Amino acid sequence: MTWDEIWPLLQKATGETLLMTGVSSALAGVFGLLVGVLLVLTDRGGLTPLRPLNKVLGVIVNVGRSLPFLILMIALIPFTKLVTGGTSYGNTAMIVPLTIGAIPFYARLVEAALREVDPGVLAAARAMGASRRELVVKVLLREARPGLVSGLTVTVIALVGYTAMAGTVGGGGLGYLAISYGYERFETKVMIATVVVLIVLVQLIQMLGDLVTRRLTHK
Amino acid sequence: MIQIDKLRKVYRSRGRAVTAVDDVDLTVGEGEIFGVLGRSGAGKSTLLRCVNLLERPDSGRIEVDGQDLLALSGGELRRARQRIGMIHQHFGLLSSRTVAGNVAFPLEVMGVPRGERAARVAELLDLVGLTDHARAYPAQISGGQKQRVGIARALAGRPKVLLSDEATSALDPETTASILELLRDLNRRLGLTVLLITHEMDVVKRICDGAAIMRDGRFVESGPVRDLLLRPGSELARDLFPLPAPDPRPGTTVADVTFEGDSADRPFVSSLARTYAIDVNILGGAVEEVGGTRVGRLRVELPGDPETNAAQLAHLRDAGLTVEVHGRSEVEAAR
Repeated sequence: MTWDEIWPLLQKATGETLLMTGVSSALAGVFGLLVGVLLVLTDRGGLTPLRPLNKVLGVIVNVGRSLPFLILMIALIPFTKLVTGGTSYGNTAMIVPLTIGAIPFYARLVEAALREVDPGVLAAARAMGASRRELVVKVLLREARPGLVSGLTVTVIALVGYTAMAGTVGGGGLGYLAISYGYERFETKVMIATVVVLIVLVQLIQMLGDLVTRRLTHK
Repeated sequence: MIQIDKLRKVYRSRGRAVTAVDDVDLTVGEGEIFGVLGRSGAGKSTLLRCVNLLERPDSGRIEVDGQDLLALSGGELRRARQRIGMIHQHFGLLSSRTVAGNVAFPLEVMGVPRGERAARVAELLDLVGLTDHARAYPAQISGGQKQRVGIARALAGRPKVLLSDEATSALDPETTASILELLRDLNRRLGLTVLLITHEMDVVKRICDGAAIMRDGRFVESGPVRDLLLRPGSELARDLFPLPAPDPRPGTTVADVTFEGDSADRPFVSSLARTYAIDVNILGGAVEEVGGTRVGRLRVELPGDPETNAAQLAHLRDAGLTVEVHGRSEVEAAR
């Protein structure tokens, strides 16, 4: 294959990878944040201790974290069909397992970031008469912002890797390109091109994440 | 202004119960600075955190500015807290907000409209002398400046009461002095009532009107600082004027004489020596400035047993001095 033939393929595959990563990152970001906040709030000594809920959430998150993504993806096929209304392959369908795989991953990172917040600051805000909502939004989440962003960066990069895996079982994107051309048709140039694009992509995401984290850090 | 009755707080963990605050009564009058002195683990921090219900006591009553705090609902309690300022040992500032942003925080909580906030923040920063640092982040300023931010923030709701949780313990002596001066100044200018806890005698000495010594969850002694210092056997006085354990030689009388205010200016040692024609030996002592008046304690040695010195000791007491005798016979009687 010539570069002229590879180029359009590469562009299309990159677009698909960006779409899958982008949408699943956004969804996992929102839901992971929610689960992470719940894990911290309901824990013993949290703002709204609720041990049973905390235990259940913890177990669900651990189950999600312990399954390798490839297995999770296959196990979720019935659920994916339910969500998409029939299909379990293609780029849109892949967003379902990608999101579900990333939520517990990000939730634990959110939990760790929130636990880093100085309890003295929370106590001070409580002494000022702050409500629970204010404590969560204005103190906990705001103080943890650098950690939340660097955690999200790690999650997005993990998702780039997951999309490549998704390419082997019915998803598109750079993973599919690498498998179907680079591996099965021995097109080494395509393989190298996808690897280069993936490396550049991950570098860019990390740089952007670091930049935002640095700007939010005032320590 | 602050009235605490029979306060009790027990911590239970893994079947063990620790009584942090054990039946404490405390009254702090309006415009008074009251210090609770104690080592770490004495329960003073728990006591303070009960005053704005950061900790819920197991029993007792807490009244601040005529309001029974334990009878309040969640929302009422939050509003009551907005009128009770608090400053903290490690400042408790939001690292993600500037100095001005930190001072604005309680105003946001109180629902002060955005337009009014800026003016009030400027006023508060001016009060603590930090106008130039409004846009700095907490990480960029010194410990003393951080505590000034903490004080400005605590005053945002125009509180009548300020709670101070070891506010100077993380600061060097010079900065401590300037923060204490600021507290004293605010107390005088705004009529602010201050309840502080500390493990530093110096804090009590410099700014407190009243004080209590706390140990194992209880008040060992409590009252106006001046009265405590003049009370024989007072721990506060012993801490302020550290003298070694008395060891009178046979045939001598050793007495600790505490004097204050007017009596500090009278030369009682020479008057004693002249009146009775005896040699008065000074073994140790110190004079301190406490709450604006001079208070001193001197350990003197008189010839003869305490029994033979009755007239001499009466002479000192008549002069308005507090006298504690460590006689040989007393020591032996105790053995």
